[in-house]
Formats: sequence, structure tokens, C-alpha cells
Amino acid sequence: MEKFTTHTGVGVPLRRTNVDTDQIIPAVYLKRVTRSGFEDGLFAAWRNDPAFVLNQPAYANGSVLVAGPDFGTGSSREHAVWALQNYGFKVVVSPRFADIFRGNSGKAGLLAAQVDEKVVLRLQDHLEAHPGAEVTVDLESRTIRAGEGEDAIVAEFDIDDYTRWRLLEGLDDIGITLGHEDVITSFEGTRPSWKPATQ
Amino acid sequence: MGKTLAEKVWDEHVVRSAEGEPDLLYIDLHLIHEVTSPQAFDGLRLAGRRVRRPDLTLATEDHNVPTLDWDKPIADPVSRTQVETLRKNAAEFGVRLHPLGDVEQGIVHVVGPQLGLTQPGMTIVCGDSHTSTHGAFGAIAFGIGTSEVEHVLATQTLTQAKPRTMAVTVNGSLPEGVTAKDLVLTLIAHTGTGGGQGYIVEYRGQAIEELSMEGRMTVCNMSIEWGAKAGMIAPDQTTFDYIQDKPEAPKGGDWDAAVAHWRTLVTDDDAVFDKEIVLDASTMTPFVTWGTNPGQGVPLGGNVPSPDDFEDEGDRLTTQKALEYMGLEAGTPMREVKVDTVFVGSCTNGRIEDLRLAAQVLEGHRVAEGTRLLVVPGSARVRLQAEAEGLDKIFVAAGAEWRGAGCSMCLGMNPDQLAPQERSASTSNRNFEGRQGKGGRTHLVSVPVAAATAVRGTLSSPADLELVGAASKES
Ligand code: SF4
Repeated sequence: MEKFTTHTGVGVPLRRTNVDTDQIIPAVYLKRVTRSGFEDGLFAAWRNDPAFVLNQPAYANGSVLVAGPDFGTGSSREHAVWALQNYGFKVVVSPRFADIFRGNSGKAGLLAAQVDEKVVLRLQDHLEAHPGAEVTVDLESRTIRAGEGEDAIVAEFDIDDYTRWRLLEGLDDIGITLGHEDVITSFEGTRPSWKPATQ
Repeated sequence: MGKTLAEKVWDEHVVRSAEGEPDLLYIDLHLIHEVTSPQAFDGLRLAGRRVRRPDLTLATEDHNVPTLDWDKPIADPVSRTQVETLRKNAAEFGVRLHPLGDVEQGIVHVVGPQLGLTQPGMTIVCGDSHTSTHGAFGAIAFGIGTSEVEHVLATQTLTQAKPRTMAVTVNGSLPEGVTAKDLVLTLIAHTGTGGGQGYIVEYRGQAIEELSMEGRMTVCNMSIEWGAKAGMIAPDQTTFDYIQDKPEAPKGGDWDAAVAHWRTLVTDDDAVFDKEIVLDASTMTPFVTWGTNPGQGVPLGGNVPSPDDFEDEGDRLTTQKALEYMGLEAGTPMREVKVDTVFVGSCTNGRIEDLRLAAQVLEGHRVAEGTRLLVVPGSARVRLQAEAEGLDKIFVAAGAEWRGAGCSMCLGMNPDQLAPQERSASTSNRNFEGRQGKGGRTHLVSVPVAAATAVRGTLSSPADLELVGAASKES
């Protein structure tokens, strides 16, 4: 997993609440044998609508999704996180995340930043008034910034310490285990020679 | 205080333990198949990681593969893609693969033991819940999810909290004609499907010791059906004899060293289990399921239960729902339940001994009119062995379909499926709604019961056939 310290990218306002994982990616898109390529199923039901935010050129390179409360409810499919990442999102901002979605995000390296609902509304207003505007998410200082001058939005966001640490260090579960690689290697040195091998 | 078998094997594999954290456990053997591995390999690719120990990893194709025309390209595009993806991944990451058409191809839990890769005292994992099968050798073996498959591929370890231990002691001997399958179905009916939750179970006692390795695998295979994390049986001479001379078994001095160690893998006399269950094998009979989970079973001589037989409101409701799905009337004798399809196969009962048993019952008989019998060997090797022994001829002469190796109708991921409302007697392990095909109705049975049922067309035991034979001679 890549280290996540700070990210600046185009913000995408998603003015919806209760976006469940079936809406993020419908079941028919889950047959793929890869962990990549799920972007084609992202928000599939809405992508046919020309007015849908991701269909507007200004947001095409969006990487910070600013969504309403209760994002990621429903089925536990990790594919929902993969779909957002495959599309190019690095951060999802919401006043409230479903637990499993938040957990899956942390595992996969997608930053789920929880901010006050008022801040989300201000961010959405700003991003709609200035399509293609950027949002900066700083994990070290746990702050989110957008806009300039008098209208600048600066707010703190919530993320649990353990997930923050793992993201800052770029450690997934495998990464953490590989941090003990020397112990694994020395354990391997103690395995009896008669243990079977496949090649 | 002494240790249980499970504790000994566990402790031998702890790479790292820290207060408040799960143990980091070393994995001796990682088995792979086409369905649960693609995302794991893709995850490795995305992170630029390699397979740490390809030499402790083995892949085979089983869940999706056709059991007819297996020399032709797989017709179903989704299945074909999964199988082709496995081939690509195995080549790219240097993993040994036994593909369709290879003599060692077959159900992953049949292939490991048959190659001699499954040995006592190992830790074995696979992205498949019936990995518990390998516990029959005194290994800790359990199923894992796709994220964990990736974790094992990358690190050859897993983070795992140490489970509690349970002893299931089966005293006495199984009566003639009663098999390991009947034993485990009886046990699950006794404990319910959640009775083993959170435990590594050790099966012990006279009846277990008297089982062949294949019977022991059948018992451990179904550990997951009563919720256990894993099932194990202490290795003994039966185990050593089975492993010796298998292709991947230790040789020469290694063999002696291995056996010397394996002999230490028994529960110490003063060890304490967190829980114990005691059963008496001598009272067991052929056992069949009537419902939609493996715990809903009765002796073959019994009747379909009534919801009113249960005190708990929840049980009454579950029973009623199950009977509706299964299309069964309460009070019907199980022997009168008419069956459309009989399936002999799966990682529960698809080994050579199972096929021998089936052939023994079928010899000189015909499959009943209106019933079909599918015999699906657990591996290509089992298939060859059966043909070398002439078992295939007995099956075909009886009117059975003799198929290629794979999971087949155990889960109906390939074309071998039940039609809606079609009823099967199946030697597999799950009778969940739709497991063998949408709307299909499954009765879990032993191999002898499956074979006798095929001949009579209703749930039967071989003893019922002798009666048929005697009756027809008289007339
Ligand atoms: S035979 Fe059935 S239970 Fe066994 S691995 Fe295949 S699908 Fe799973």
C-alpha cells in the first residue's frame, strides 16, 4: 500500500445520503476475477444520467468524493472500495460512514474522512460553484482545505488512530506482517527438512 | 499441565506472539483453486509483491470444471475465465498447478492427501471451508477468505487468534454397514450446526481409531458443518501407513525423523479440553438428512419430523420452512422418500474407498427406472484407479453415469445441477437451499445408502436390496 500523507485533487460533490454498496457497485459487476477494473460498475445505475456529477467533464478527474451521511451501508462487499479506488478516488468525505465500509477502506488504502455535516454542505456548495476545484486532505494534521481567501474552508476530520497510522506508514495487513519478515525468515530456518514441498 | 494435540501443533507454528495481538502463524501448505484466488493474485500484482513460498503452494482446478467433455474448452464463459485466470496466475507467480486433464487434477482436498502433501502436524489453509478435511492426518487445517489467501501468498503466515479446543470422543465400534458419514451426520444432528463454533475439535475414541484414513477425512471434512474452526484426529499407524510411499511423503532417514515426530502428536493424558462430547458408535445407524441444513437429520429408519416435535418456537418455524422447501410431509417414513438423482462424489465421499463401496452395492443391480446416478471421482487419479479396478464397468453396467473429476454436483457451479424441485440423495456435505441447483432438494447420505437408493429409487440401505433380491427370486 502507498503511504498516504496528503492529497490534493478535484473534489466531486455527491449530494446523496445513504449511498449503499449496491449503489456504489451492483452485484452483476462482481464476477470479475481481478481486484481492478471495477470502475465500470461504479455508481452504475446513475452513470446513464447525463446530469450525474461524474458525467460532467469538470469532475472527470475527481479524486475526492464529498458525499452525504451514511455512506457505504448495506452489503459488505469489498468491491465497493475497489470500485472507488479503480475509478481514481483517494478520499471519501462524509459526515457518517457505515462501519464495514470504513473498515474495508482502511484495509484497502482509501481514506474515509469523517467531517461535520455542515462542513460537507459547505464543501459541496463550493465544489458546485467552482466545478473542478481542488480539495486538499492532510492526514498528518487531520485537516481538509478548499477554496481561498475569505471563503476558504478549513476543517478537521475524524479517523481512528490505528487506521491513520497504517495509512501514514502505507501499511496494509500484509504490509504489517511483512514488517516482521525477519522473524518469519528465522522461523523458516527452524522448520524440519522433511516438511513437504510442492516443488 | 499437558497440551492437547491442537495446542501442540499450534504452538509449533507460532512465528510471533504479542500481548493483546493475535498470533502470527506459519502456514506449511497453501492450497489454491480457481474461485477464491483471482483477487488475491491481483492484489499481489497491484502491490508489486511475489508469492513468498511457491514451494509451499499448490493449485488445482475443481469447482468450475466440467465432468463431461473435459478435453474440450469449457463452454461457460465465466467458468472458463476463472480457470484460465488461475492458469495465468500460476504461471506468472511460479505456482505448481494441476490443470484439467492432468493426472493429479481433482478436488483440492482429495489431491493434497493423495499426493502425500498432507501430513501430521502441519498447518494447512485454502480458500475453501472444507479444508478441515486435512485435519484427519493430525494437521490444523481450515478455510480462509480471499484477503487471507493474499496474506498467505505474500507472507506464508496468517494472523489468527488461538481457538479453544474440544474433544469429541466416540466410544464403541460402528455396526456393520454404518460409515464415517453416518457418524458425522449423527454428531451434527446432536450438536446442531453451530455447536462447534470457535473450537478446534479433536475426534478420538475407539470408533475413530478404527476408521480408515478415508473415513477419518469424511469426519473431519464435515467439521465445518457444525461450525468448528477445524477438526483433527491424532496420527497413528493407520496414518503413517497411508502416507508412506505417497509421491511427496518423506523418504529414507527423513521418513524416520518425521514419524518419530508425528508419534509425539497426541493429546497428553493431563491435558484439558475446553469442552467434551461423548458419543456411542455402537448405537449408530445409517443416517440421512430431511431438511435444509446438515443438522436436520434422522436415522434412515425414522420418519420426516413434524414441526410439533420441537419445543422451541424458532425450531418449529425452521422445520416448517425446511419441509416446505423439501416438499416433504411430516411423518413420512424416510424410506418412502422418492429420489430423482443420486450423486456419489465430492471431497466428503469421492475417494477410491467410497467408489469401491458404491460398486460393491451396485454390482449385479440396475439403477431404478426414473432415477439417475452420477458417479464423480474426487480426482483424476481416483478415476484412473477405479478404472484399473474395473469399478467403472460396474457403474456403467448398473446404468450410472461415470464422470470426470471435480466438485460437480456438490455445489453445481458447473453444468451438473439439479432442476427446480428435483430431489437428490447426495454423498456431499451441504443440503442448503439451492446448493445443488436452484430449487433442488438434497438429502445427505452415506455412500452405501446412496448406491442402494439409486437401485430402489427411494432412500434405502444395502440391507433393503437383499430383501428386493429375495423377493424377486420367489416370484
Ligand atoms: S467438493 Fe464440494 S465441498 Fe468439496 S471443495 Fe468442492 S465444492 Fe467444496
